[in-house]
Amino acid sequence: MSRLRSSVWVWAPGRCSLRLCPRSMAAATVLSLLTLAGLLVSLSVGQVEIGPDRIVRILAGTDPDAMARRILLDIRLPRGLTAVFVGAALAVSGAVFQSVSRNALGSPDLIGFTTGAASGAIVQIVFFRSGAAGVMVAAVAGGLLTAVVVYALAARRRVVGSYRLVLVGIGMGSILSALNGLMLAKGALDNAIMANLWLAGSLSARNWGHVVPVMLGCILLIPVIVLLARQLSLVEMGDDLAAQLGVRVERVRLVMVLCAVILAALATGAAGPIAFIALAAPQLAGRLTPAGRLPVMVAAAMGALLMVIADLIGHVLPLGVSLPIGRLTGVVGGLYLIWLLSRSRTL
Amino acid sequence: MTGRTLRRRRSPGTGYGLLAAGGGLLLLMLVSLGVGARGLPVAVILDAFLAFDPGISDHLLVRELRFPRTLVAVLVGGALGVAGVIMQAVTRNPLADPGLLGINAGAALAIVAGIALGGVSGMAGQFTLGCVGAGLASVGVYLLGGLRQGINPVRVVLAGAAVTVMLMALAQILIINSQDPVFDQFRHWAVGSLQGRGRPLLLPLWLLVLAGMVLAGYLARALDLMALGGDLGRALGLRPRLVWLLAAVAIVLLAGAATAAAGPISFVGLAAPHLARGLAGPDHHRLLPCTALLAALLTLFADILGRLVIHPGEVGVGIMVALIGGPFFIAMARRRRLLHL
Repeated sequence: MSRLRSSVWVWAPGRCSLRLCPRSMAAATVLSLLTLAGLLVSLSVGQVEIGPDRIVRILAGTDPDAMARRILLDIRLPRGLTAVFVGAALAVSGAVFQSVSRNALGSPDLIGFTTGAASGAIVQIVFFRSGAAGVMVAAVAGGLLTAVVVYALAARRRVVGSYRLVLVGIGMGSILSALNGLMLAKGALDNAIMANLWLAGSLSARNWGHVVPVMLGCILLIPVIVLLARQLSLVEMGDDLAAQLGVRVERVRLVMVLCAVILAALATGAAGPIAFIALAAPQLAGRLTPAGRLPVMVAAAMGALLMVIADLIGHVLPLGVSLPIGRLTGVVGGLYLIWLLSRSRTL
Repeated sequence: MTGRTLRRRRSPGTGYGLLAAGGGLLLLMLVSLGVGARGLPVAVILDAFLAFDPGISDHLLVRELRFPRTLVAVLVGGALGVAGVIMQAVTRNPLADPGLLGINAGAALAIVAGIALGGVSGMAGQFTLGCVGAGLASVGVYLLGGLRQGINPVRVVLAGAAVTVMLMALAQILIINSQDPVFDQFRHWAVGSLQGRGRPLLLPLWLLVLAGMVLAGYLARALDLMALGGDLGRALGLRPRLVWLLAAVAIVLLAGAATAAAGPISFVGLAAPHLARGLAGPDHHRLLPCTALLAALLTLFADILGRLVIHPGEVGVGIMVALIGGPFFIAMARRRRLLHL
């Protein structure tokens, strides 16, 4: 069923369709290679230098040095892979939400997800003083619960308009963020500082337990999103028009929002709330790909690259200050977006 | 979006609605004078103005604390509402709020830097820093958004988001690397509060907001044209660059002063224009005053409620605004389509 038409490969089994455009593929490939290079650098630098050749030997299981092996496999690799998959998951999630809301400011936070996750974590930290695992579970639960409530509130006669979904999400988000502010302002100072640190996101002390869920999520859900991307970009033209073109609007929107929220939840569970990737990566990816389609793969590669670079800066620069990953992605992504804006006149 | 909303726009109900909102605001201002950690009867409040006796502490309380605070609440609310209308009109984005020009983030970073590096702690110092930070950040967004060359709302939105996220991240990095008291001061500023905002702020706030309001009134027709889109607006004599410049100045004056005075109160600028559009329709000559009234009403109501919920303690007005406005906003969004821009 594969045919070539005006430099776009189309593969359409049944209702779904996969379109491969050379330019997007080239962009995704280049970004992935850059991510890989960044990951290699990130794996090799640190207190103990492990060169790229040794990394390959360790991964192949032929290196005799047990300590280097443990440093790489138990500390650096989980951290690096967490960065890669968290970045990819957030970026894809952001791309979906920007398409659903038809708004450049779209992100999982639009339906209150990130704020809900923060609420869950702050409640755990401020009131129950629980450990890292408890905070992680509470954050994911809080985020998912908020998303479900927002979706249910936005549904009217089983129809959820994009516009209404966004407005309800904003209302819910501001209620929750007010509650978060209240808990931070009225809680004991020590707990509030702990909560503030969690809100900054972190990649330190990650283990395979952090990597595996978000990695599985990416491997399972991103293909679903890629296959449905074309239908979602038809929905951008308006629910009625898309329905006439044969798209089951409500179902596509529900599946996509569900996938995007799960990806955001897994990413938040792995590294704390890192909002800016979801906002910036799809926008940056959009600059690299032809207009009019959802740049899922390119966005994923871009998100992974941004996270890896931010992580690299955080643990390579000898600044003597602590630079949490969530804040650092803000600075890096913000600067890149600013640089891009200042260069292009035709945005 | 057809007959029903058209009828609503033309109905004489708008006038009555405005009148009711104005009356409600006056009533709330009176209530605001009497409510707080120490409740006061109406007679005492009237005496404080008509037969002022500096020896009576209740009179001093009313004139020196409650009255300025009430005025600050009204000014801050009205300013944020009007700034929100302008922002939504020029970006043609119903989700835009004044914070988009980087105002909240600029003020936050300036104030955090002031606390952490310069030891600034007074109300007046924070107000000045907040104004300067908000102004600088919005100049940055204005230049980055390419508004000198022409208009592109998406570009402004992106520039605003980029600058906001970057400045907030820098502020947070500064906080995390500072002593604990810095975070302690910041968390109380960050929830938005009118506690202790009084006399010293009133005059500068009043002047800045007045200038912004005058500018907004002058822009009303241009904002109507702006909503028609670039080409049609130009055909009708609109000069988009000039409008953008003036609009940006007005937003900075209004929202910058409000944020510097009371901390980031994000929800008013976003929600009040939507609520007002239901009452006054899309014509900016009516929408601007209507939004100012509703926003002031919302802010003052939130402030009063914030003084009552954990009596004798207080909950910040920023939190109360979101807690009251949020459910209301959701209910509106569910019930009928909010007017598109």
